[in-house]
Amino acid sequence: MRIPKPPVPNALKRRPPRPGSRPAGNGRAAAAAAADKELRRQEALEQAAEVPISVVGWLDERTGASPFLRAMLYRKTPRGTNWYYTLGSATLFAFLSQAVTGVFLAMYYDPSPSNAYNSVRHIINEVWLGELVRGMHRWGATVMVVLIFLHMGRTFFFGAYKYPRELNWVVGVVLLILTMAMAFTGYLLPFDQRSFWATVVGVNINASGPLLGPYLADFLRAGPEFTATTLSRFYAIHMLLIPGLIAALIGAHLYLVVKLGTTAPPWLKAEKRRELAREEI
Amino acid sequence: MDARQKEQYLREYSIMKSEGKPFFPYAVLKDSVMACIVLAVIILMAVILGAELGPKADPTTTSYVPRPEWYFFFLFELLRIIKPPSIVFIATVGVPTVCMILLILLPFIDRGPERNPLRRPIATTAGITVIAAMAYLTIEGALAEAPGQISLKVPPRYEAGKLVAASSGCQGCHKIGEAGNAGPGPDLTHIGSRLPRQAIARTLINPTAPMPSFAALKQQDPQKFNELVNFLSSLR
Ligand code: HEC
Ligand code: HEM
Repeated sequence: MRIPKPPVPNALKRRPPRPGSRPAGNGRAAAAAAADKELRRQEALEQAAEVPISVVGWLDERTGASPFLRAMLYRKTPRGTNWYYTLGSATLFAFLSQAVTGVFLAMYYDPSPSNAYNSVRHIINEVWLGELVRGMHRWGATVMVVLIFLHMGRTFFFGAYKYPRELNWVVGVVLLILTMAMAFTGYLLPFDQRSFWATVVGVNINASGPLLGPYLADFLRAGPEFTATTLSRFYAIHMLLIPGLIAALIGAHLYLVVKLGTTAPPWLKAEKRRELAREEI
Repeated sequence: MDARQKEQYLREYSIMKSEGKPFFPYAVLKDSVMACIVLAVIILMAVILGAELGPKADPTTTSYVPRPEWYFFFLFELLRIIKPPSIVFIATVGVPTVCMILLILLPFIDRGPERNPLRRPIATTAGITVIAAMAYLTIEGALAEAPGQISLKVPPRYEAGKLVAASSGCQGCHKIGEAGNAGPGPDLTHIGSRLPRQAIARTLINPTAPMPSFAALKQQDPQKFNELVNFLSSLR
């Protein structure tokens, strides 16, 4: 069965060439023209294929990024690098996921005590995919905390905190503290009973600390009592201050990882080439 | 590590590195697989466990049970274990602060050249002990009732009094059912069979130290006070 052609308005129909407009005479000229056209087509294609290369070249000429990128991508990882070494980047990915879902939540969230709860209600009940995004943000926090502990355990048991990576460990501990602080400040934001009272208790716990304790608690509450400012203060800390610090410190952390390289698994030794190494000395 | 050991480490490391594979595509592939797993887990949890939202925060009710997110349970449990008020800050602030300081200082404390966990008995034991302790505290904290919550089943007409008891701090010194501290006051789980209603009311108004007097409650809100006494005398 033949499928009928779709109806095409007359204006769009291809017109047959007018009599006389076809290159008259012998077929050779026609063939040459066709070959010429084909050549031009090829050229255009080649040029198109070059576009990405020339764009990269253009960027590279101005940024000098390619040696850097090449060194980063093609740097060698030690023999024996295994799945445990993915925990760090998995933590990073969880952080990125939190950042993205957090941005979308921030579009609808209202950090005032009278509206916070209702805006969260609105997110989960009315906003398209709102419940999913809020769920992802909420459970993403759990996943990130679990991953950061696993990553820390890995570096601990592999002795990766030893020379020359001490500083990277220290940066890591600060990241851990900041991540826990994220979890704490984020908990208040839905402003339901659970989050409110847990945060009141948490802040009171801070206040029970010696020396700095009461000041820290006053800072968090924005005064001696929970007030309207408290919520917006927690919000600002949760979505601006700490994420900024975390992002900056992840940058430092990764710089050190690239600079120093990741450790080899501690149970592997560079046996094969020992003799070679000795000979070289 | 002394200078010789450091140099030896760096030398060995550069050999290990030269024997390894490039970051791209080998490590990148593993990392990407892991990223997909992480994303899948997050979405699955979001879909299955959802994002619940409790009743709206109400700063005027003190009867609500504060419950932290589960990864703070271990702190919460420390708070329950360390009782005397004078040293509570040791549990709440002291222990975590000391742990964090130790954690930061770790590379400067443990400077030996050995990296194999099997040949670092002290570090490995310490690590496993800390993990076990945190796991234990987390589980205990998860199973424990929050202070301020009484899980005893009582007839509905005593529910109001139960709330008053849960929110009046009695459990700081008394055990009521599963919840509350075992001292310094006596267990109140069966107080109704030990003391008559009148005696309970008298104790509340005129207790022996250190128990605080609840005479103020009787004056300000006699109904609440009566509900409390009714609840207590129903505990047999
Ligand atoms: C600061 C700690 C503390 C607090 C808070 C506290 N109590 Fe007590 N309570 C005690 C002590 C200690 C005793 C024992 C006093 C004694 O031996 O006479 C006691 C005794 C009692 C008794 C008498 C028990 C008996 O077997 O004789 C009752 C009833 C009682 N408390 C009820 C309460 C209730 C109800 C609350 C909360 C509204 C409360 N207590 C809060 C410390 C406390
Ligand atoms: C936001 C949190 C963190 C991110 C995104 C992160 C990311 C990474 C990444 C991608 C690596 C590369 C190697 C690997 O993945 O194992 C790494 C290595 C490392 N991280 Fe982290 N990390 C975080 C937190 C921590 C914490 C809490 C610690 C420890 C206290 C830590 C200590 C280290 C150390 C010592 C290394 C070097 C490991 C090696 O050379 O084998 N990091 N980190």
